[in-house]
Amino acid sequence: MELFIILTLFFMLVVTAIAILMMRHLFAVVMLSGVFSLLSALLFVTLDAVDVAFTEAAVGAGISTVLMLGTMALTSRNEKMPRDFSPIPLLVVIATGSVLIYGTLDMPIFGSPTSPALSHLATAYLTQSPHDIGVPNVVTAILASYRGYDTLGETVVVFTACVGVLILIGGLARRRRKDEEGTN
Amino acid sequence: MEFILGHLNYWLFIVLMMIGFYIVVARGNYIKKIVGLNVFQASVFMFYISIGKVDGGTAPIFPTDMNIDPNVVYSNPLPHVLILTAIVVGIATTSLGLALIVRIREEFGTIEEDEILEIESKLQAEENSAEGPAMGGRA
Repeated sequence: MELFIILTLFFMLVVTAIAILMMRHLFAVVMLSGVFSLLSALLFVTLDAVDVAFTEAAVGAGISTVLMLGTMALTSRNEKMPRDFSPIPLLVVIATGSVLIYGTLDMPIFGSPTSPALSHLATAYLTQSPHDIGVPNVVTAILASYRGYDTLGETVVVFTACVGVLILIGGLARRRRKDEEGTN
Repeated sequence: MEFILGHLNYWLFIVLMMIGFYIVVARGNYIKKIVGLNVFQASVFMFYISIGKVDGGTAPIFPTDMNIDPNVVYSNPLPHVLILTAIVVGIATTSLGLALIVRIREEFGTIEEDEILEIESKLQAEENSAEGPAMGGRA
């Protein structure tokens, strides 16, 4: 049953991704990327990652769609006709994909309770966090406490990105006004 | 058969990743490239989360009274934490990329890669013909 749900969601994801590839209306492309994020949020729920699912739904489908729509309004609404088909990107992608698939052959079976990812640290977090921290949601406990410095680093990255965006487009309105005065 | 079913998930996510990668490499419009990058990124997240899934497991949230039933299997919370961080960092880099696109559009008047390359090579040629001899032909 679970496999059926995963396969259905995966099919919808592939259709969305191919539609993104084919569409030339950027508005449709941006909306489809929101759909893609929502579908991946559904997939996260079936994979037991509920926290990731709602973050993806809020950030991936919400904020990033809004940002892309804003960029689209400031730039252009349509993609030009694609260049002539060239086989090089296709070859690169197929080569990368086959190398990655070759790499997965050594991986443990999906959902296997003996997979190395589940030994040591994960078990320790699951058994100790009720005593150490006492928060029912283990993900929150790890995020805010055991790996608090990670979260601090993440905040630094977000701050840096904010500063970068402000520097890049901060003077946009001012420059536009100057341009208009220059042309008049 | 068991091997194929057990690895099918990974392969499906890799197929999705490669569609995103193809959009980034083969399409010239910068907004579309960013969307392709997001598709790629979301597929990596799904791949990573699927490593933490345990058969018959449930979301790693204990009952509120903290009476933990030892028979309940919980999925691995660690990938979830790492991917939460990655999602937020991903939106930060996406917004920076979009800001760059706005600036590029302001300078070049277009966000199509081949048009920008054309303008660049024209500028380069002008510079070469104006200052080429003084710089030894490599201005």
